Amino acid sequence: MELQINDQTVSISAEPTLPLLWVLRDLLGMTGTKYGCGMALCGACTVLIDGQALRSCVLPVDQAVGKKITTIEGIGAMPVGAALQGAWQEINVPQCGYCQAGQIMSAAALLQAKPNPSDADIDAAMSGNICRCGTYTRIRAAIKQAANQGGKT
Amino acid sequence: MSAVANKLASSQGVSRREFLLRLQAMGGLLLVADGLRIAKAAPSDPPKYGAEGMPHGTVDNPLVFVTVGDDGWVTIVVHRSEMGQGVRTGMPLIVADELEADWTKVRVQQAPADEAKYGNQDTDGSRSTRHFIEPMRRCGAAARMMLEQAAALSWHVPVAEVRAVNHEVVHQKTGRKLGYGALAKQAAKLPIPPRDALRLKTPEEFRYLGKGGVPLADGHDIVTGKAQYGIDPWFKDMSFAVIARSPVLGGSVKQFDGAAAASAPGVQKVLQMPATVATAKFHILAGVAVIANSTGAAIAGRKLLKIEWEDGANGSYDSDVYRVALHDSARQPGKVVRESGNVDTAFKSSAKSIEAEYYIPHIGHATMEPPAAVARIVNGKCEVWAATQAPQVTREDVAKHLGTTPENVTVHVTLLGGGFGRKSKPDFATEAALLSQAMEGRPVKVTWTREDDLHHDFLHTVSVEYLKAGVAADGKVSAWLHRSVAPSLATIFDPSINHEVPPELGMGFINMPYDIPNLRLENPEASAHCRIGWFRSVSNIPHAFAIQSFVSELAVSANKNHRDYLLELIGPSRKIDPRSQQDNWNYGESPERYPVDTGRLRHVVETVTQEAGWGKTLARGRGQGLAAHYSFLSYSAAVVEVDIDEQGRIKIPRVDVAFDCGPQVNPERIRSQLEGAVIMGLSLAMFGEITFKRGRSQQDNFHQYRVTRMNEAPSDIRVHLIPTTDWSIPLGGVGEPGVPPIAPALCNAVFAATGKRIRQLPIKDQARRST
Repeated sequence: MELQINDQTVSISAEPTLPLLWVLRDLLGMTGTKYGCGMALCGACTVLIDGQALRSCVLPVDQAVGKKITTIEGIGAMPVGAALQGAWQEINVPQCGYCQAGQIMSAAALLQAKPNPSDADIDAAMSGNICRCGTYTRIRAAIKQAANQGGKT
Repeated sequence: MSAVANKLASSQGVSRREFLLRLQAMGGLLLVADGLRIAKAAPSDPPKYGAEGMPHGTVDNPLVFVTVGDDGWVTIVVHRSEMGQGVRTGMPLIVADELEADWTKVRVQQAPADEAKYGNQDTDGSRSTRHFIEPMRRCGAAARMMLEQAAALSWHVPVAEVRAVNHEVVHQKTGRKLGYGALAKQAAKLPIPPRDALRLKTPEEFRYLGKGGVPLADGHDIVTGKAQYGIDPWFKDMSFAVIARSPVLGGSVKQFDGAAAASAPGVQKVLQMPATVATAKFHILAGVAVIANSTGAAIAGRKLLKIEWEDGANGSYDSDVYRVALHDSARQPGKVVRESGNVDTAFKSSAKSIEAEYYIPHIGHATMEPPAAVARIVNGKCEVWAATQAPQVTREDVAKHLGTTPENVTVHVTLLGGGFGRKSKPDFATEAALLSQAMEGRPVKVTWTREDDLHHDFLHTVSVEYLKAGVAADGKVSAWLHRSVAPSLATIFDPSINHEVPPELGMGFINMPYDIPNLRLENPEASAHCRIGWFRSVSNIPHAFAIQSFVSELAVSANKNHRDYLLELIGPSRKIDPRSQQDNWNYGESPERYPVDTGRLRHVVETVTQEAGWGKTLARGRGQGLAAHYSFLSYSAAVVEVDIDEQGRIKIPRVDVAFDCGPQVNPERIRSQLEGAVIMGLSLAMFGEITFKRGRSQQDNFHQYRVTRMNEAPSDIRVHLIPTTDWSIPLGGVGEPGVPPIAPALCNAVFAATGKRIRQLPIKDQARRST
């Protein structure tokens, strides 16, 4: 089957029920998207499917066919993604960094939908993403900083 | 499979002696095991402290840690593991500062496992920076002096006339300059200056130390998805494995049917892992592996396995039953581990006595990156990529399990997606190596699912703490009895151990610094029925929770301000020799160099209460709670503010932390560690619990093992670092000591808001108002 990932077409051979996460990580070697729970509970595997933040660990790959898949490797091509990546570095958000790809993907979907999110918007969009190191206050600050840039880098 | 099993059967993994050495560092000095008491060093053989007391000590050879390229780029090797604490930024920053290197021209390179070359690599115990600041400064200074010497030689001038400044050497008289790149080749050929000839910078000359202000070494790679964790190495021909492991510690596979799994899509092989031995150590667990062309296919295949387990002796472990037994033990006299004055007499003469029991269950690490590793074997040489806190132990364990020598094993240390102590145990790396061997050496990645992680963790211990105080009419404590009952982490090496070992006792229990004339501290017996490990700040968690909650209870009973009461209990500023508290461990550090300084403890209490507006008027449902704790040679205090609604739902609008770790290498990463410690402390206090039935962990994933999320986290965390410009003060730890005060400060806040005293964690729904 063919997938559209980060504006490129790739051909893969996989069981249709195989979660997209493992197609990305194991079949394609795109390891920026992380495994954390396998049950859509932690958000580490978040990707954008047609702009919507979805958990790739529970998304059968055949449901992504014909849709635009964006991963952490490609999010920087979008202005909002680049703004978030910049803010993340300026504020030194990451500790171990493992969850941060998923955090940035969820934040990108949030800012696409709501360019100036309130704290409640941030809570609603980001509470599905666990950070065990506890970088939440900085994630919140980085989202606000990126929002203030209006998605411009 | 049988070859794998045979090799494992003849191997022992980490030996008892190696463990004792490392535990001593961690550390279990005077650990009693098999009746063998490790003698104190003879007077002629002075005890080794700090890094020198660790296996392989320190190395300060600049040629090992620093390379200057012709292009001027400086490469600095980091030999400790990065798990979010910032060591890949902070450690090279120390070298770069003494080297007068420009951070924008510095590359960081991770060392593989090789302690003979780099010195000790065990990244735990909050000690990387305090152990290696001096060797790393010497590395940088020696390299700087070699560059200066090379410039002086090329200009034919005395070396005293030249000076390294910001990545170049300047001849002060003539203003001539040579960049580091131009001097690199010549400098590398020069002799390394002897240690006593090194000119170290004065603190006024520091470029980076105490200031930081540099980007994270891995910040860009992390936000662009390029950062490599243990779960990430990828090869075109690699296989992916998951393992069904014995749900009970010490259990084994009685029989299994892998036919359905073997014929599942993508599955390449199903094989039995070698049975575990009686002692857990860092061994792999018994089980059945499913190897496939993707992790997803392996997980799907694993669901088709039919396994009959032999549970063994721990199959009856029930954490509810066990808890009752712990409480029973805590109500009986136990082994006395510290005593002064006469508690029994003092209790009789005190105006009143107050007692309480506190419980903290097992807690899982739940690193966001679960244990994972990759291994391949080519021509008898094994390469492992692992997110490991213990590179050398990983190398030796893998070698022993493969039946080869460490020279034939290379361990590439990746970034760790969280560590918190879990990844000090390299069982997952051993699994990858054994499975690669079973696959004729092709690369195999082993991934633990979240369920695997929560079912088979090396858990934080479970404990009951009993406290009783004899109090005079004025509220002053005259007698203090504390019993701590908890299975020891040393049981993974010797299941017969039934008391806390010295490092556990020395984590805020026997080295409790309060000014009380009569006290007795006891440690009744407890046995372990699951793998106990070290979890960020370890036994400080239950000890601080109990003591700091109890002090609040005493203050309430005496109708006094908690802050004033705590300061009175700490007593006047003084430096306590830990040996006078029967603490001969002292985090492995010299008791002279690192006394317990009650003045510093007082100061963090005073600072945090002042900054948090302690005692301010709060709306109904709101309350502030205070706690302070000394651990890992640093002083930490917290004020947590809660906002609790009619349904007992807890919001935490604000947390203040005051922290004194002595001089601060990279203050920004210290702040981030303390912010994270707040979240981890709140997480374990609110939700953290692993329970057991029939020897099996009952929590499968994050819906049952909850951790704090964005909407539950404080929106306002204020970290108040105690500043110092005195670099003669020895450094304290940073990664762990922020955790212990958080849970008691939260529970004390809940009491202030609701009148409900929390004595058992997690809090869950206990905060419903009593009125």
